Amino acid sequence: MVKGESTFMKYLRRDRLPTIFCAGCGNGIVMNTFFNGMEMAEVDFDNLILVSGIGCSSRIPGYVACDSLHTTHGRPISFATGIKLANPEHDVAVFSGDGDAAAIGGNHLIHGARRNIDITVICINNSIYGMTGGQISPTSPKGSYGTTAPYGALERPFSLADLVTAAGGTYVARWTTAHPLQLSKAIKYGLQNKGFSFIEVISQCPTYYGRKNKLRSPIDMLNWMKETSINKRRADKMEEEELQGKIIVGEFQKKPEPEFAEKLCKLLEEQCVTGKPTAIRSAYQED
Amino acid sequence: MSEQFFIQGNEACARGAIEAGCRFFAGYPITPSTEIAEDMALFLPKKGGSFIQMEDEIAALGAVIGAVWGGQKGMTATSGPGFSLMQEHIGFAVMTETPLVIVNMQRGSPSTGQPTMASQSDMMQAKWGSHGDYEIIALSPSSVQECFDFTVEAFNLAEKYRVPVMVMSDEIVGHMREKITIPEEVEITYRQMPEEGPETFLPFKAPSDGTSPMPAFGDGYKMHITGLTHDEKGYPDASNPESHSKLVNRLCNKIRKHTDEITRIKEEFTEDAEIIVLSYGAPARSALTAVKNARKQEVKAGFIKLETVWPFPKKLIKDAVVNAQKVMVVEMNLGQIFYEVERVLPDKEVELLPKIGGEMHIPTEIMDKIKDMSH
Repeated sequence: MVKGESTFMKYLRRDRLPTIFCAGCGNGIVMNTFFNGMEMAEVDFDNLILVSGIGCSSRIPGYVACDSLHTTHGRPISFATGIKLANPEHDVAVFSGDGDAAAIGGNHLIHGARRNIDITVICINNSIYGMTGGQISPTSPKGSYGTTAPYGALERPFSLADLVTAAGGTYVARWTTAHPLQLSKAIKYGLQNKGFSFIEVISQCPTYYGRKNKLRSPIDMLNWMKETSINKRRADKMEEEELQGKIIVGEFQKKPEPEFAEKLCKLLEEQCVTGKPTAIRSAYQED
Repeated sequence: MSEQFFIQGNEACARGAIEAGCRFFAGYPITPSTEIAEDMALFLPKKGGSFIQMEDEIAALGAVIGAVWGGQKGMTATSGPGFSLMQEHIGFAVMTETPLVIVNMQRGSPSTGQPTMASQSDMMQAKWGSHGDYEIIALSPSSVQECFDFTVEAFNLAEKYRVPVMVMSDEIVGHMREKITIPEEVEITYRQMPEEGPETFLPFKAPSDGTSPMPAFGDGYKMHITGLTHDEKGYPDASNPESHSKLVNRLCNKIRKHTDEITRIKEEFTEDAEIIVLSYGAPARSALTAVKNARKQEVKAGFIKLETVWPFPKKLIKDAVVNAQKVMVVEMNLGQIFYEVERVLPDKEVELLPKIGGEMHIPTEIMDKIKDMSH
């Protein structure tokens, strides 16, 4: 280890650095908090499999020195479902963004939550399509600007944490990149939760969202997130008008329920006539 | 002891998959392939394998790819509309060299078309449906026994070449009941582990017309697998023209250069035939009957059935029709494989006998065309 270097460097593919992320991007903070949460949850790094879709946030697994699958746009949860069922012992986490998880992949997101399969989804929500150059997304606030909304967004945004809670996620939290400690803890709980966990991270894209919406510097954006955040416990007691323009952060759901892969394993144990209730690594010839 | 059953083509596909070692099936209900998913849901748990019904066909194939990287053999089954949705992940499987099997019980199309009626109208989509230059393998069974045999073979070819293999059947064969024999043991190709350890192994290092061994996630190789153009390590290398050219040429050449090993056709009465009837799948049954009837009437007709459709068995066809001047292609569409036959036989008189609507050609229709062409 180089002196003064982050202790998390050991988790990275050094031969892939530097990352493609812009200066001031929130993805680095999220990676840092992920490793922190992973260590707090005592997840064995050798047992971790990361899956992602397409977009800036989906590039994260490519920099992490574990087995990683960089899939198609919006569909990483479907791939992660197969990975988890092929060997339920693995810890499977998905990195996604607002375009990936909420637009093109919305169906896979709600069905993953409904099944309560043991996957932890980290959704980095920067309210914009960064990779393609600043188009609005399903989480862009009404009236915000993007290259495809030069006169301001007309549509209403999704509240992803509420969406996934309603769909059946069993651990759901939202924090921002200005809350690294709370975020690390949420990631820890998410990884520990035996079931579908969804961590929404409100993040900054100074290059596109900031530039288009007069929040040009990353510091401005982090300050804006800090100032406008309000904890869910407090927000629940407030009127809708008071919450206009606020980011509600905190835990949205924490309710353990029977997990899908476990239920399937139990079925296989009951039904299997070969005495080998799991087919782990069955594509390979036994020695 | 081998066993005999009187079952549907769809059920034979499910049984073939399980015999071949398939332990993961993800699917989405669609007529006329649904019985495959139903049988897998019933049989797989008995073997310790997982069945999951996904939210759509895109997710079904995504889950299969995930399970395959997790160390299992996986399959999905569908029909036209679902096959259209799967094209995105077929391309991903090609690019990441993920072995898997897709059964397509074709129905009348385009769009929702004729859910309960047969066609062979996805044959070109099987070859070209996803974006980009690529090669896949497609087999076409025309009987229930072949549904079993070809599904087993599809898994073996998938593992050998690390490519999606399609069993391109149709509603008639899928829903037809026939007697089949399931042998006591079937030959199974297992996935290969690298000899090298994780320190030196490069997951995408392979000969220019070949593929590489494939460890599973969790085996300690810490691989990065991406649909982006990648180097031998698997790392994205998307802006390098040489890397892209090397990778995509290899993905095509690992099939193209092995066409002779992969392809199979069935011939009858071709030696002295003046007119050859070429077909595949369900209408090949009528075609053979028509050829036999023609022979009874002393018309020198011959029969070719394509068992492998992709890669196209060019050499086998050329050799089989060397003595004939005329070729008739019988298929349940308005001309798909016909154009391939025309392309590989530029000096022969090639005609198409198309049929759509959902019903198979009857032998007399083919016989009439044989007589027409004989004059």
